Amino acid sequence: MYRIETIHSKESYKVKRHTLGMPLKNFKAEIEPYLYLLPAASIFIAFTFYPFFKTIYISLFMTGPQGGLSKFIGLKNYFDLLASPDFLNSLYVTFEFVLLTVPFSIIISLVLAIFANLDIKGKSVFRTFYALPISISSASAAVIWTLLFNPSIGFINYLLSFFGIPAIGWLTDVKWGIVAVSIVTIWLNLGMNFIFLLGGLQNIPKDLYESAQIDGANVFLQHVKITIPMLSPTLFFVTVVDIINAFQQFGVINIMTQGGPVDSTNVIVYSIYRDAFFNFRFGVASAESIILFVILLILTVLQFKTGERRVFYR
Amino acid sequence: MRKSIRILIVYIVNVILAGIILFPLIYALMISLMKPEDIFQYPPKIIPTSLYLGNYVEALKSVPILRFILNSFIVSSVVTVGQIVTASLAAYAFTYYDFKGKNLIFLMFLSTMMIPGEATIIANYLTIRSLNWIDTYKALIIPNLGTALGIFLMRQFFLTIPKDYYEAAAIDGATKFQFFVKVLLPLSRPAIGSLAIYSFLMTWNQYMWPLLVTNRDEMRTVQIGISMLQMAESQSFGLIMAGVIMIIIPSLVAFIVGQKQLIEGLSAGALKG
Repeated sequence: MYRIETIHSKESYKVKRHTLGMPLKNFKAEIEPYLYLLPAASIFIAFTFYPFFKTIYISLFMTGPQGGLSKFIGLKNYFDLLASPDFLNSLYVTFEFVLLTVPFSIIISLVLAIFANLDIKGKSVFRTFYALPISISSASAAVIWTLLFNPSIGFINYLLSFFGIPAIGWLTDVKWGIVAVSIVTIWLNLGMNFIFLLGGLQNIPKDLYESAQIDGANVFLQHVKITIPMLSPTLFFVTVVDIINAFQQFGVINIMTQGGPVDSTNVIVYSIYRDAFFNFRFGVASAESIILFVILLILTVLQFKTGERRVFYR
Repeated sequence: MRKSIRILIVYIVNVILAGIILFPLIYALMISLMKPEDIFQYPPKIIPTSLYLGNYVEALKSVPILRFILNSFIVSSVVTVGQIVTASLAAYAFTYYDFKGKNLIFLMFLSTMMIPGEATIIANYLTIRSLNWIDTYKALIIPNLGTALGIFLMRQFFLTIPKDYYEAAAIDGATKFQFFVKVLLPLSRPAIGSLAIYSFLMTWNQYMWPLLVTNRDEMRTVQIGISMLQMAESQSFGLIMAGVIMIIIPSLVAFIVGQKQLIEGLSAGALKG
């Protein structure tokens, strides 16, 4: 998959080693590359690989309140979870959240990218504005939007009142909680999606549009016939990134709804947090983490397998 | 004539879109400058009747925001420098050396991108707790020091640098390490810039990890601090928004200064990754 090219080719390396001659230097040259890898490798081993396998291990145990492993129970945590209505609800809510956020944030970002790609004076200012949400944290966004969604003094309900829509209890109504956290997540995603999609648009040759114009295709048709197919590798990439991000959204939900009302925003990540750090059920929470990992892995592999056929490569 | 109308429409649409995207931030800024009586009016006001800075003063008194900002600065800066060091060292080995297991190690490094933080956070928390690192900078910094994306970006950039530089340095008698520090790194400023801005923003905006490994107020970072402020002052919206504006400013400045590098880095990661 990844071919590693070396500037310092094997031949010249061997020649140099040979001229050095002495066994000690030989040994030093041998271990030198590993020394460069050591800092990154130790961090990965200590804080990614080791905890990953440890999480799998913990998930096979019943755990005490301090996180101590009390009894080996095999896959029981997994079976219990898959039979638990709460966890199935979390799975459902997570998929609902993905469906509510990913398509909308991609469509909106695409519109932004198309307008920011048109050749006008001052376009770089608009580009800065559209990319800007990338610098905002989920915590600050959640705090600002909590006020925007405030049922009595918030601006959203005020705007809706112009259309005759009665006040919505965004964060207290079971129907609307998930919509509210989705809106904030869509807004947060816009910056990153915009950057990727604008980059993709800039790679489409301009003459394609010119010949379509000569053929009499209007702007909308040009985008359907040229932009979408030519952009499909980028759209595909952005979709994968957004789905993975949606599965990992925690800050917005923790600040705005704490999984509520009535568990309607209790996504898997939030449920892991609650089980591990409030209920101290580390074994169960570890099993949830591993299920989340497996879902993300399957999604990524599936996306890469099925995506390829529909994607238009130049 | 038709062309100028088209351009006008494009401007109008762009201004409207920009207004919608920026609205939450403008709104937060405006509320932060309003007196409480302005905020609780109906219909809601957008423009303050007079410029009022009292919310900022009160927010600074309510929770130690300056301390949160200092903590986040220390953590984000050290993580940024640390990631640049670990990533460029590893990328150097992958581009300028041949050694046993190179492909395997590279794939293992990249595979860390497939392991989401949620799949490691419980075990990492237990590790940090057993090391007695709760409420320390070590806990906030050290687990963040590895970056597969950074290694990938740096390696991608090193590959574009002509090997003439390496040969010239070797003729001048430079060791491989001297070449790395004195020639390769200075030539790689664009890639280092991209990685720096990306790391800084990601660390500054981190939420879940600092929430777990800090308890004492004086060790909290800005993102946790802002939710503390929201809980402490639930009805003082002006004060909460003043806090949000204060913690957003450093990341906005970083974004505006580094947006070119950020965009180049992200695109390089996306197109080749």
